[in-house]
Parts: sequence; C-alpha cells; structure tokens
Amino acid sequence: MVEDKTLGGRMFGIINYLLLTIIGLITLIPFVHVVAGSFTTSAEMAAKKFVIIPTDWSIEAYRFIFSTNTIFKAMGVSIGTTLMGTIISMFITALMAYGLSRKDVDGRKVIMFLVVFTMLFHGGLVPTFLVVKELGMIDTYASLILPTAISAFNLIILKNFFQNIPEGLEESAKIDGCSDFGILFRIVLPLSMPAIATISLFYAVTYWNTYLSAILYLNESAKWPIQVLLRQIVVLASGMDVSADLDSVTPPPAQSIKMAVIVVATLPILCVYPFLQKHFAKGAMIGSIKG
Amino acid sequence: MQEVNAAQRVVARKQSSEMGRRIWKNKWIYVMLLPGVLYFLVFKYIPMYGLIISFQNYKPFKGISGSEWVGFEHFQRLFTEPDFLNILSNTLILFGMNLLFYFPVPILLALMLNEVKGDLFKKTFQTIVYLPHFMSWVIIVSISFVMLTMDGGIINDIIEYFGFEKINFLLAPEWFRPTYILQVIWREAGWGTIIYLAAIASIDPGLYEAARMDGAGRIRQMWHITLPAIRSVIIVLLILKIGDVLELGFEHVYLLLNSMNRNVAEIIDTYVYTAGLKQGQFSYSAAIGLFKSFIGLALVMIVNRIAKKMGEEGVY
Repeated sequence: MVEDKTLGGRMFGIINYLLLTIIGLITLIPFVHVVAGSFTTSAEMAAKKFVIIPTDWSIEAYRFIFSTNTIFKAMGVSIGTTLMGTIISMFITALMAYGLSRKDVDGRKVIMFLVVFTMLFHGGLVPTFLVVKELGMIDTYASLILPTAISAFNLIILKNFFQNIPEGLEESAKIDGCSDFGILFRIVLPLSMPAIATISLFYAVTYWNTYLSAILYLNESAKWPIQVLLRQIVVLASGMDVSADLDSVTPPPAQSIKMAVIVVATLPILCVYPFLQKHFAKGAMIGSIKG
Repeated sequence: MQEVNAAQRVVARKQSSEMGRRIWKNKWIYVMLLPGVLYFLVFKYIPMYGLIISFQNYKPFKGISGSEWVGFEHFQRLFTEPDFLNILSNTLILFGMNLLFYFPVPILLALMLNEVKGDLFKKTFQTIVYLPHFMSWVIIVSISFVMLTMDGGIINDIIEYFGFEKINFLLAPEWFRPTYILQVIWREAGWGTIIYLAAIASIDPGLYEAARMDGAGRIRQMWHITLPAIRSVIIVLLILKIGDVLELGFEHVYLLLNSMNRNVAEIIDTYVYTAGLKQGQFSYSAAIGLFKSFIGLALVMIVNRIAKKMGEEGVY
C-alpha cells in the first residue's frame, strides 16, 4: 500500500490499527490470564479477581498437580505417542509421497485419486471403530497412532514439494548406481528439510492434541493422554483424586489448579510454535490451492 | 485387414511388455508405496466397505457376513425418529451460524490486515492470531470454561462488578450456540486469513495505482479491486465449507455438551458416538454416518457445478 495522505485515508488507517489491536488483544488475553492465574496464590486469586500480572508469584498450583502421578503419567503417554507417532507418520508419509511424486510410476494417478477421495467421503466413526476393534487395538497405545497415521493433506503437500526437486539430480544419481531408496534418503530428503520439518511439526501437534482417538479406543483411564485428563479436570471438574492423600495441606483454589493443568497441556505447543510459524503459511498454501 | 490386426497385436504386446519392464524397474518404488497404500486400505477403505452394516442388523460376534440384512429399515427409522429430526436441525443451525458468522470474518480480517503498512505490526498480529489454531479443542474449551464459570470466572466477575446478574454460560441452553460460534471464531479466524492474504498478495499493484489516479479512496479500492480479485478464492472456500456441512467438529461440540443443553447441543456426530458406541446400536448409527457423508459429498458436487455455471473455476 502506498501512503494515503488524505484525511479520510488517515482516519481509516487509525481505526484499522485500533480494531486490529483490539482483536489481537482479545485473542491473546485469555492465554495470559490463564498463565497468570496458574502462577498466583490462592489469597491473591480470591482477593482481586482480574489477575493479568500476578503480584504474588506462587507455584503452589503446580506443586499440587505434580504431587501425584496422574499428570506425570498422562504427560508420559502424550510425549511417547507424540514422538513415536511423528516418526511413524513421517516415515510412511515420506515413502508414499516420494513414490507418488515419481512421474514414471504406473498407477500413481489411481492411488492419488483414492487418497483424495478419502478427503471427500469416509466410512465414519462406527465402521472405523469396528476395524480398530477387529485388529485388537482397543486399549493399546497403537490405537492413538495407527488409525490416524497419514494425513492426506500432509501427504499432498509433501508430494508437491518432492515434485519440485529437479529430476536431473535424481537421474544423475541413478546413473551413478544409486538405488531408489538411496535417492530418497540421500538426495530427496536432505533437499526437503524445510518441508519435512514443517510436516513433522504438524504431525507432532496433532499427536499432542489427540483426544478423539483416546476417548474412542482407550477404556482404561491409566492410559489416558494429557488432553483427556485435561477434560476430566476442567470440563468435568473431576479426576485429580489427590485430595485424599493430601489432607493436611490446604489445597489452592480449584481455579488456579485448572489453569496450571491447562498451561501444562499447552506448553509443548507454545515451545514448538516459533519454529512452526516460520514455515506453515507456505505449507498450508501448497496444500489448499490445487496445482 | 489381418495384417493390420497382427501389427496392432504386436504393438500391444510390445507396449504391455514395456509396461511390465517399467513396473519391474520401479519395484522398489512400489515397496515404498506399500505401507501408505495399506494404511488407506485398512483405515479408510475397509471402513467404507463396513458401511454396509447400515443395511444389516449387525451383531459383533456374527460379523458382516453373518449378520441379518434389513434393507433400508435404519434409514426409515432415522426419518421418523423425533430425536433424529431434532439433531438434524441442531446440526443445520450450527452450520448456518458457521456460514453466517464465521465465514466472513477471515475475509474481513485479511482486508483489514492488507491495509496495514507496518511490517512489524503485521507480523506480530499474525503470530498472535494464528496461535489458537494449534491448540486442541480441549485446551480452547478449557480456557473458556475457567473464564466463563460462575464461581471465580473472570467474565462473570466483570459482569458482577458492573452490577449485573451472573450468567450460567456453561449450562444454560440459550448460551450454547453463542459460546460455540465465538470459540470457533476465536480459534480459526486468524488462521483462515492465510489463504486470502496470499490471494491479495498476488494482485497487480498497478490496479491500485490506476484506481488512485481516478481518485478512489481506500474503501473504494477494497470494494472494486481487492474483493473482486479474491472472489474466486472466496467461492472455492465457500464450496469446501458447504461440503463440510455436517462436519462441525465432534470434539468441540462433545466437550460443550452436557445434560442441560443436550436439546440444542446434540448434533449428528455426537449422536453417532452415543447411540453407536455407548449404546451399541452399531447399524443404526452407521446409517446416520452414511447419510451424513453422502449429503456432504452430494453438496460439494452440486455447489461445485453451480460455481462452474457462474463461470468460476470450482474445486475440481
């Protein structure tokens, strides 16, 4: 935009900035409020209600939620499925995306059509549940990973990325006696690190946020990932059966405990977000505009 | 004549042996495709096949081959059951709200953001509004719960501070829909701007130059240049949105659902879950799922055709 010096133009600019600032604040304040609330003492929480910056810092809520194994266990499950899931998903997505990116492979169009079709039509909850059950995956951690192992969307992004790598590079490698696996792992993948990193982060965030698979396939509460526990504690306001063995200690207000659990469940995403943010706009574009 | 046929046969044989050679040459590529293809077969296509239980009285221990066929019985039940009609209307209302209140927001935001000259402001703003998209629905709903609750929630404290009655946002049925749509907007509006911003970025700056020469102000430029330029993107996204007519997000609604607001909050997805998996009515809820997927697919095709008739590109 070129500077618009008229009065109308200036007014427009000022109002625009003002509105955007307000929208930004509305988006941000709930997060700040929750983080601040999780770090404050029960006294301050009760006395002044609009905590945005706590004056009386305290970690009693965190000490409380980490005083039992429940949160540790759930964190462990989430970290484990996120790591394993991301590796598995990335591996099979990359293999398949490379296969589909090779123009000399017969049948790739058919497979591609079948992949895109799953984005338009699917069997739905019940038939998928029955398949998972038949495979004996109920109450296993595999059920958190395998049924959602490939995202068609991520696959298409990666395939498009691979297609943009100059074919000459692959051909010359082949002449030098490189196998197909060699080409993928020694040439294509190293050249695709930005795409690989973005999609790994996409997968990692999805696995960290896994909730639906867990409530569908896991009956044993001991295996719950952090998101399901978060719902128990905040939405259903139960779970956290810790008061029994902590009788002597006065528990902090439930509100700051809830906030602390939210922070714990959010933190890993906030940690990867800066890395994610660098790339995703481009990645999302390739995926949404069909080429 | 015969000679020609023979020649054709030779060519055909040559072609097929060539194809065979090509396939053999690429055998490792097929090995690479295998895990992915298996995934799609097992977790996407077998469930599609599994949809035939909608025409059966499926009994888990008898399996698909042993269960009794009942034709369209479940579909008939669907359209006569008052429960289902209520759920269908809840679903359609939420969808309508999405279209009306959510869909225009990213477009407006993108237009506003496009008028921002400061790069730092723009980047900071984008970093903030993209963030909620990466939070699970559990996190989004949890954050609103601690803010909206009657005891100690900041929103009700503010309402009380100004001397009004506290509002039971989380249980009152009349607050379910506003809460739902505000959460959708809060989580997705920023992320939704990406694609419009990209479309805006590809507009020829000369057009604005010319418009300014003709004395067009910023609002007029927006109306006559920016909006028409991103029209086709808007239409494509609208088609996709309409195709998702019944996909309102199981997780989100399920998290907000409780015994008090069930009457307005129960949608097809949550009903499929409770009727199918909790009460064991596999066939009936598979029928509902099939109905839903089919309507979605049909709508994409219809809207896409309309878009093409209007001279737009459509999604396929």
